[in-house]
Amino acid sequence: MQADQLLFWVFAPISVGSGIAMLFQRNAVHAALFLIVNFFTLAVFYLLLSAPFLFVVQIIVYAGAIMVLFLFVIMLLGVDRDESLVERLRAQRPLAIALGLAMVVEMIVAIRAGIGFATKGPANFDEAANQGGNVEALSRVLFREYFFPFEVTSILLIIAAIAAMVLAQRRSAADAEDEEVVA
Amino acid sequence: MNVPVAHFLVVAVMLFAIGSVGVLVRRNALVIFMSIELQLNAVNLALVAFSRMHGRLDGQVLAFFSMVVAAAEVVVGLAIIVVVYRRRRSADVDDVSLLRW
Repeated sequence: MQADQLLFWVFAPISVGSGIAMLFQRNAVHAALFLIVNFFTLAVFYLLLSAPFLFVVQIIVYAGAIMVLFLFVIMLLGVDRDESLVERLRAQRPLAIALGLAMVVEMIVAIRAGIGFATKGPANFDEAANQGGNVEALSRVLFREYFFPFEVTSILLIIAAIAAMVLAQRRSAADAEDEEVVA
Repeated sequence: MNVPVAHFLVVAVMLFAIGSVGVLVRRNALVIFMSIELQLNAVNLALVAFSRMHGRLDGQVLAFFSMVVAAAEVVVGLAIIVVVYRRRRSADVDDVSLLRW
């Protein structure tokens, strides 16, 4: 067994297992911790797929920044509350699980019909596509072919930052009274 | 590269399905949000796997963009959850039913 096969078969069960474990945690903090494990396994997959830059970005941006943001908000909203398990809609849970399983089966059939289970990528990926290193090759594609989307992304980030500030701002007392009436 | 691309795709599909079930089943807005993150990551994994299969980097660039959009989405979404919590004292999506008939 090759090294990358070994890595895949070690990390694939961890990945799916941590996802399922996240689903079953009643405490939001525990769910967030399992999600971090999941993000780390995805980073390993990126490494196996010869995407070292995305491997680093995944750990820094997702496991680092985004999950810290999540944990901050969880702490802000109070962690002691556990989710109530009362079902408001009858049979929602079994139906949801059945639909999820049906989707997995359907997609696996689609993958089998589309590319088959034996297809492997080209062996010379690191020399051909990742020529001069993954970061250089990625920036070549990003700044030549995807330059306009890249610039639009910066506008999106600014809008998101402003939106977060506007939304999370504390209102004045008069506004708060109006809100009481609405609520 | 000895692992077939389809294996990564199967993992991606499983993670996406777990995320979908999480969105449908869970009631806490934060956990629903985490499930959406899981779905986005599953799609990223599929994009990178396809990029590897076709021997081009466009898939990785697309995954990169989707990470940026996900970061923006998380910021705005969490701000909305905080606002809803301030008004209703609850992060339970069943309590936000003003528009329900």
